[in-house]
Amino acid sequence: MTEKVLEKLKILAAAAKYDVSCSSSGTVRNNKSGGVGNTVGGVGVCHSFAADGRCISLLKIMLTNYCMYDCAYCINRRSNDIPRATLSVSEIVNITMEFYRRNYIEGLFLSSGVVRNPDYTMERIARIAKDLREVHHFNGYIHLKSIPGASRELVNEAGRYADRMSVNIEIPREESLKYLAPEKDHKSVYEPMGYIRQGVLECAEDRKRMRHVPRFVPAGQSTQMIVGASPDTDRQILQVSSSLYSMPTMRRVYYSGYVSVNEYDKRLPALKQPPLVRENRLYQADWLMRFYHFKAEEITEPDNPNLDLEVDPKLGWALRNPQAFPVDINKAPYELILRVPGIGVKSALLIVNARKFRRLTSYNLKKIGVAMNRAKYFITCGELTAPSIGDVSPEYVRRQLVSRKSGINPQQLTLDLS
Amino acid sequence: MTIFKFDGTFDGLLTSVFDSFARKETPDGLYRENDSLPLFYDSMHEVVTDEEKAGRVWTKLGKVISHGARSALVSAYLTDNPEFPWLAFKFICRAVVSETSIESDFSDPSVLAVLKECRRVRGEAHRILQFLRFQKGVDGTYFAMIEPLFDILPMTLNHFKDRFADQRFIIYDRLRNYGYFYDTQELKRIKLDSDMQYMATGKLSDEQLDSDERLFQELWRAYFKSTAIMERLNPRKQRQDMPVRYWKYLTEMNGKL
Repeated sequence: MTEKVLEKLKILAAAAKYDVSCSSSGTVRNNKSGGVGNTVGGVGVCHSFAADGRCISLLKIMLTNYCMYDCAYCINRRSNDIPRATLSVSEIVNITMEFYRRNYIEGLFLSSGVVRNPDYTMERIARIAKDLREVHHFNGYIHLKSIPGASRELVNEAGRYADRMSVNIEIPREESLKYLAPEKDHKSVYEPMGYIRQGVLECAEDRKRMRHVPRFVPAGQSTQMIVGASPDTDRQILQVSSSLYSMPTMRRVYYSGYVSVNEYDKRLPALKQPPLVRENRLYQADWLMRFYHFKAEEITEPDNPNLDLEVDPKLGWALRNPQAFPVDINKAPYELILRVPGIGVKSALLIVNARKFRRLTSYNLKKIGVAMNRAKYFITCGELTAPSIGDVSPEYVRRQLVSRKSGINPQQLTLDLS
Repeated sequence: MTIFKFDGTFDGLLTSVFDSFARKETPDGLYRENDSLPLFYDSMHEVVTDEEKAGRVWTKLGKVISHGARSALVSAYLTDNPEFPWLAFKFICRAVVSETSIESDFSDPSVLAVLKECRRVRGEAHRILQFLRFQKGVDGTYFAMIEPLFDILPMTLNHFKDRFADQRFIIYDRLRNYGYFYDTQELKRIKLDSDMQYMATGKLSDEQLDSDERLFQELWRAYFKSTAIMERLNPRKQRQDMPVRYWKYLTEMNGKL
C-alpha cells in the first residue's frame, strides 16, 4: 500500500467512471457472525456525491484498463495512448475492506478491460469476489461485471458471490454496435445475460425445496446503453429497454449520455457537451415504464421517434392525449391518477387512501404534495375552477407550462423588430 | 379555553391524552414546559408524566392503528417542529375514538403531519448512514462525529452494530453531547470530555490515528476526485443530495487533516 497503489487507484477509478450503474439496492441481508457488513435493500445507501452530482455508493473500479478490444466509444480501447494499470487481487480486496470499515462505501463494483481472453478476465473477477466473501467474510454489496463471451461455468461461479451482475449492451441496435465495435455482437451480450437469468431462476426453484441453497445474484442484473454515440432513436432505445424489463431478473437499465472521449474517431458524432437533457428524458421515460404503468410504445409516437426535450415524457403523453383528461381525483382508478402530470407515485398512493374518508379538494391535494400548477389542467375535484385541458387546448397548456419554467410571461407582448 | 402543559416527552404526550379522557376535557392547546403560554386562558392543567397511564394509551394505540403507523408516530415525535406535539395529540385522540384506523386519512392535517415529520426524521437518520465517516484510532477503535438535526443517533445504532459487528467504534453526537461506544459485544452510552481537541474539530490528532489511517484517507480522496466526470460537472446537484452542513465531517470534502 504505497504511492504506487494511489496512482493505480486514480487511473482505474477514472477508467471505470463511465459505467453509470451505482445502486446498492435489491438485497436485504444481515451480517453473519464473524463477518463484516450487511446490505440494507430498499433504496440502498449513497455514501457520497461526486462533483458531477452522481452518487458514490460502491467502490467502482476496474481490475485493469488494458483491453484487447477496440470499441470506438470506449476510453479504454486498445488504440488509445493512455496510462494503463492493473491492481492485484489483494490490493483490491484490501482497499475494499478498509474503505468499507470507515463507512465510505456500501461495497464493490468490479469491472475490467478484457485481457488475453474473456474467460481469463472473468476468472480473476470471480476470484476477487470469492476472496472477499470467503477469506475476509465480507458481507456487504458486490456488483460484478460479466465479461461478454465468458463461459457459463465462470458466470455461475461469480454469481454465487455477487449481489448483482451486469452485462452492458452499450449500443442499442446491433447494426450500430457492429459499426462502432466490429469485434463485438449482441450475441456475446445476451448470452451471459441468459446465464445469469437461468442461474437465478434455477436457484429460486432449488430454494423452494431446500432453504439453505446459497442465493444466486439476489439483486438481479442490470445493463447500460450509451446514448448519443449512435444514430438510434429514443423509440428504439425504449423498445430495447422494455423488452429487457420483460426478462424476470432485469432490474435496471441505465442510460449514459455519450461523453466524447475519442474525438479523433470519425465514426462518432462530435459532441461538445454530453446529451444530458436527452439522457434525463430517457430516465424519466424509464420511470414511466417501471412505476407508472406506461408501455414503451405510448411514450413516443412512431412518426416522431425522439423524446421532446422541452417537456417531460409524462406531460408529453398528456398533451398528445387530451381525450384522457380530466381525471376525477375522487373516483378514477389508481392507474389513471398516476397518469396525471404533477402527481407522482407517492401522492397517488396518498390520494387513493385519503379519498376513502372524504372527498378531496384542491387544497388537500396541494397539502399532500401534488404539483397543482401542472395538475390543475388535467383533473377535476369538486370545487376546482381551473380550466381543464379539454376547455382550453393542448398548445395553450404547453405554452403555460413551458414558459413558466423559462421565466417568460406569455401575457407580455414582445416587440418584433424584424 | 383550557390548556394542557406537559414535560415534552413522548410519555408525557401519551399521559396528556389519558388525562384528557379521564377528565372528560378537551384542551384547546398543548404546551411544553419552555413554550410561551398564550396570554389568555381559563384554566390550565399540568400533566404529570405517568408511565402506567402512558402505557395504557400506547397499548390502546396498538389496537386501533397498525404497528407501522405507531412507530411512524414515535419517529415523527423526534422532529423540531414546535407545532407537532399538538398535532400528535390530536392524531392520538382521533385514533383512539375512531372505530376504524384513521392512519391513512391524509386530508386530516394531523395525519398528514405525522407522515411528513416521520419522513423528515427518518430521512435525517438515513443521512447518518450515508455520511458518517469513521477514523481509525491507534488502539483500533473507529471514531465518528455527527451533528444531526434531530436526536436520531439511537435509531441508527442497530444498523452500525450489525454492519461493523467485529470492530470497536464510537459514534458521538456533538450537538447533544452524548454518544455510544461499541466494544464488539454491546453498546454503551458515553459522554466524552468536551475539552478534548477532537471534540471541537471531530478529527483525531496524528498521535491518536492508526498508522495507516492517513493513507486510506488519501486513497479515498483520490478516488473521490477521479470518479467524477469533468465534462458533466454539476455542483448544484452535489449540494442538493449532500447538503453542505454534512461536509464538515466528510473525509473527502476536507483536504489534509
